[in-house]
Amino acid sequence: MTLEPNGGGLVPGKFLTASDLGGEAATAPRAEFKTVLLDQSGAPVVPNGSLGHRFTPEDEGSWNLDLGDVTPPLSLADLADTNESVEVLLPRFDLPPEAGSEHAGGSGVVVRGVPVRRVAGKLVTTVFDLLLAQYGVARAGLPGEWPSGYDDPTTPGTPAWQEEITSVPAEQAARLGREFADNAERSGGRSMILMGAGTNHWFHSDTIYRTFLALTTMTGCQGVNGGGWAHYVGQEKVRPLTGYSQYATAADWIRPPRQNIGTAFWYLATDQWRYDGLPADQLASPLARGVFQDRTTADCLVESVKRGWMPAHPTFSRNPLDLCDEAEAAGKEPAQHVVDSLTDGSLSYAVEDPDAPENFPRVIDIWRANVLGSSGKGNEYFLKHLLGTESAVRASETPEDARPRDIRWRDDAPIGKLDLLMTADFRMTSTTLFSDLVLPAATWYEKYDLSSTDMHPFIHSFSPAINPPWQTRTDFDIFGSLAERFSQLARTHLGVRRDIVAAPLQHDTADVMATPHGVPRDDLPLIPGQTMAKLIVVERDYPNLAEQWKALGPLTAKLGMTTKAVTYRPDVEIERLARLNGTVASGPFAGSVRLDSDKRACELILAFSGTSNGRLAVQGFRELEKRTGQRLAHLAEDHEGAHITFSDVQVQPRSVITSPEWSGSEHGGRRYTAFAINVEHLKPWHTLTGRQHFYLDHDWMEDLGENLPTFRPPLDMHRLFGDGRPGTTRRIGGPYAAQQTEVTVRYLTPHSKWSIHSEYQDNLFMLSLSRGGPTIWMSAEDARKVDVRDNDWIEAYNRNGVVVARAIVSHRMPEGTVFMYHAKDRTVDVPIAETSGQRGGIHNSLTRILLKPSHLIGGYAQLAWAFNYLGPTGNQRDEITTIRRRSQEVEY
Amino acid sequence: MRVMAQMSMIMNLDKCIGCHTCSVTCKQAWTNRTGVEYVWFNNVETRPGVGYPRGYEDQEKWGGGWVRTKRGRLKLRSGGRLAKLSRIFSNPKLPGIHDYYEPWTYDYDMLINAPRTAHTPVARPKSLLTGEDMKISWSANWDDNLGGSLETMQDDPILTKMSEEVQAEFEKAFMFYLPRICEHCLNPSCVASCPSGAMYKREEDGIVLVDQDQCRGWRMCVSGCPYKKVYFNHRTGKAEKCTFCYPRIEVGLPTVCSETCVGRLRYLGLVLYDADRVSEAASVEDDKALLQAQRDIILDPHDPAVIEGARAGGIPEDWIEAAQRSPIWKLMQYEVALPLHPEYRTMPMVWYIPPLSPVVDVVTGSGNDGEDARTLFAAIDKLRIPIGYLAELFTAGDVAPVDASLRRLAAMRSYMRGVSIDDVRDERIANAVGMTGTEIEEMYRLLAIAKYEERY
Repeated sequence: MTLEPNGGGLVPGKFLTASDLGGEAATAPRAEFKTVLLDQSGAPVVPNGSLGHRFTPEDEGSWNLDLGDVTPPLSLADLADTNESVEVLLPRFDLPPEAGSEHAGGSGVVVRGVPVRRVAGKLVTTVFDLLLAQYGVARAGLPGEWPSGYDDPTTPGTPAWQEEITSVPAEQAARLGREFADNAERSGGRSMILMGAGTNHWFHSDTIYRTFLALTTMTGCQGVNGGGWAHYVGQEKVRPLTGYSQYATAADWIRPPRQNIGTAFWYLATDQWRYDGLPADQLASPLARGVFQDRTTADCLVESVKRGWMPAHPTFSRNPLDLCDEAEAAGKEPAQHVVDSLTDGSLSYAVEDPDAPENFPRVIDIWRANVLGSSGKGNEYFLKHLLGTESAVRASETPEDARPRDIRWRDDAPIGKLDLLMTADFRMTSTTLFSDLVLPAATWYEKYDLSSTDMHPFIHSFSPAINPPWQTRTDFDIFGSLAERFSQLARTHLGVRRDIVAAPLQHDTADVMATPHGVPRDDLPLIPGQTMAKLIVVERDYPNLAEQWKALGPLTAKLGMTTKAVTYRPDVEIERLARLNGTVASGPFAGSVRLDSDKRACELILAFSGTSNGRLAVQGFRELEKRTGQRLAHLAEDHEGAHITFSDVQVQPRSVITSPEWSGSEHGGRRYTAFAINVEHLKPWHTLTGRQHFYLDHDWMEDLGENLPTFRPPLDMHRLFGDGRPGTTRRIGGPYAAQQTEVTVRYLTPHSKWSIHSEYQDNLFMLSLSRGGPTIWMSAEDARKVDVRDNDWIEAYNRNGVVVARAIVSHRMPEGTVFMYHAKDRTVDVPIAETSGQRGGIHNSLTRILLKPSHLIGGYAQLAWAFNYLGPTGNQRDEITTIRRRSQEVEY
Repeated sequence: MRVMAQMSMIMNLDKCIGCHTCSVTCKQAWTNRTGVEYVWFNNVETRPGVGYPRGYEDQEKWGGGWVRTKRGRLKLRSGGRLAKLSRIFSNPKLPGIHDYYEPWTYDYDMLINAPRTAHTPVARPKSLLTGEDMKISWSANWDDNLGGSLETMQDDPILTKMSEEVQAEFEKAFMFYLPRICEHCLNPSCVASCPSGAMYKREEDGIVLVDQDQCRGWRMCVSGCPYKKVYFNHRTGKAEKCTFCYPRIEVGLPTVCSETCVGRLRYLGLVLYDADRVSEAASVEDDKALLQAQRDIILDPHDPAVIEGARAGGIPEDWIEAAQRSPIWKLMQYEVALPLHPEYRTMPMVWYIPPLSPVVDVVTGSGNDGEDARTLFAAIDKLRIPIGYLAELFTAGDVAPVDASLRRLAAMRSYMRGVSIDDVRDERIANAVGMTGTEIEEMYRLLAIAKYEERY
């Protein structure tokens, strides 16, 4: 790592790369993405396996982690001739805010020393040395402020320091750390952190995750069966990934698909941004260089979209079909037309003006989701701005001086942006209740489908026990019917059109080298695929959409199928699928493979994935062997002839085949564990260094003070948005008790014991085994403060909305925190709230979307967008609520 | 000696996560009908807690099970035939519906057919008894996960018996789950209570059943059962209870609750016992001697005399083999399994391996290594909570057998940690609890690996 001057001292800077070394190394292709380490003698070495080796033809065979004779020292102090050390400044975020800036979180700087050397004229140290400084591990002879021992609570990193924040006893934290490491050492890495949604929903979840990863990586547990980090949130592992992606995105007909980041889409579509105004610079490090100056986090989203880091649809202020027509009229390529129009200001991005009617989402078709009863954070904003129904939003819009700089403010907030909400479901959920159209859907027991998960290495089938009853249809038939009707209408209304898709800089492609050293530049022209999104023209044959949907398109054979930078050529598979499924008899696509039934679609998925087709798995590994120079294909060769068909999985679930689509190995009957192939076969991680990262050197990470895993407290909703202060009570008087009191507490929404998200939460058995409706768990202490007894009706409110529930008072809850199970629909036993006069809310009535800038970075190594991989999270755990006892006479 | 076979169950409480899958699948299979809406043949209680029906363990109140007379004979706690006859039309010891819970449903139809209203429609609760709107104030599992609801802590019959005070404080909470079905007792007080001769214990496998044709609905079985595992069907007017899923058992399938158990904590199998000595064992003077008395009448299926007796009693050869392979016999041999409330003197045959986790939690919470054998042994010796609580549940208050069981479980953890981490087989750990390393490894296989074929 280089060290750079900042604020009168030195701070950790950028990874030293081959481009810094001068000479031959610097002129090698992609030298800016070839990171450098020091060998045992202290000499710089450009090792194999970093990002710079991944996509360059010259480096074929060297994208691997084989260091040969080089044994890099972890610390420069391990080198005999290191005799220099310097102080570095590291940000800390655990301090109380200073007087006069109570609105901002408290932060400061801690000064710690690291050993240094000079390489290519730059002052450098190692990531490990910086990590020890960050964690406060004192070593003899280093300058700086260090803890006096584990029992020193005054400086970050010690067990005693964490006790003041977490209330976990210092001795216990120390013992746990030792046991974790000791067990890892003695068992060869079988210490594991296993978690569900626990920490993922905090605003600063990424720093928490990185802390976990630092622990499991330092103890050598990653890639070890029984060790490492097993997190089970959002881990819907579609084992047959390649075939699934082909089918789900229609990649056989048109590439690329239009995929979006849900969090930001809803943030804008539901106008939550109008109430947010979260100043990005209040998240910044005291050592920040001003990246976030005078900007809100919403402005960061705008920048992210404009740079092509994250996708956003609609992308532009005009219809992309029209943009193509305009280009044609002007005799230009559509991409050039878009670039020219953006440059001269005649075209802008939709994220810059989400409240312009032309940028509203007009039709939403919801399939297998419950956004209004379960997943959508900021439920009341959905109701108000997207649907235009009654809502319990209590917040005021952001005052003028705190509004986003780069988003146009329209004084009249849109109410009811949506024209049509259509939902396919088999339950009456909050979402179907609010839908204009409800399409009754078949359940799992009424259709053919495939299922796979991260929890076990099998592919399952669904087979109908009965036919879909009454008017219900399978989702396959629903989409088929819609496609037929759409195609009919399209003959009149749309015809064949050209469309231009703005595709973000994509993970696992050369796009991730768009930002050398993680320095976003403002002095470059708009170049699609480098300084902005790629602009790709596709043809939309709308009148033939239904026919296309029922047939395999030509692109699969022509372009192959690329998953995580490995391209599969399913030539044999297409022929076999043609025999298995039959071919289209007539029409424009006669001779194509038939995909006109759910079972045939399942056959495609199984035939086109390495996990279910050994030939493709071996083919993929052979391609990866060329790239890495490492032997890999043996992991799948014993299954090269195996092809799991749909009838196979109907007989019984089938174990998957080891495939480069995933990083674990099932070879020899072994159970999957992530990164086994990386650890055991020296295949690089898909990161800048090709290694697991403790340090992120993007400019935004530096300004956030998060180069290294660090502690960041929950957002202070009191300071930021004026809610009550957690732990405080307030006398309110009121109609039900003369001296009525309310209490402000932290509000958590963990997974429910009695449902799977909102599924089953209305089931009578589940309701009879629990308390039969929405409840909020609270501590005996908090209950006492507000005169609430077990099973009393209470109301919880904050600026986002209101919840009516019954209290479960328990000594198993800590004082100051309540929780409400997530995904409680407003369908069962939800009375009218006194606070709003409207139907009491769902758990997400008290939450709202908040964007963290670090989640919006793209176009740089592992910090690049991929569907379901990287993007802004939905987070709601920093939220607080105020609770009071309400009238026990409830009305419905 | 009269050798008889008994189908039995053992549940390993350390593995119960309280998911209630057993309850739901049982209810779906057996009591998904009108008249038994409130009935859960299988329920899972959070302990400390009041259970279902609430406070059922308070036999002073409910009068279930047997008591020993001064002359050393057993009589039903609720009185003999005459006493029963005298109150046959109004049984004061019968739990009311509110001791179970008032079953309800919701106005689900509103979600589909609501008239036009100002607010979104909602399904509000309706009593299944009266059809009226209601506020839900008790359920089949009201104190789930509470470890003693603050509102009902004083009503847990076990806590009231304990000399130590369980503290309702965040840091000191302890909790575990207790799944319950009918105990299929060797000395069933429900059968003895039935005035109509409708309740019977099947001769071949000891499963306790209600003859629906014979039952006259007197409900003496409900009061007679100290576990409150016989229920009254309000629609048919007859008693119903857990059948041990005999239609499944008869074709070699595990019970529904066992089959669907996520934690793989249930073991099923035959044991052979000496039917001649049941009354004698159930009548020993000291409550605390009941466990040993019951253990003593369970017969070694490998003993030639027992085998001969079994054959003489008409027990088929494959049943004898099944008793020899039975995981129940093995777990009883390891002396890690204990009956629920032996002091009721019904000789229950659903036993439990007490949970070590509450002890480990306390040890870990105090900053020590909860897996270390010596620390754990010391804790087991010292900790009266939760061990005292477990003793009130499983050994009529005698701490020694609970200690012994927990020590073996603790030894198993420590021994196996040595095996898997350091590749060391430390016989001393095994010997300290009166076992050999080989035995510990066998017990580990049965308890921890818990293969389907080996559990049933």
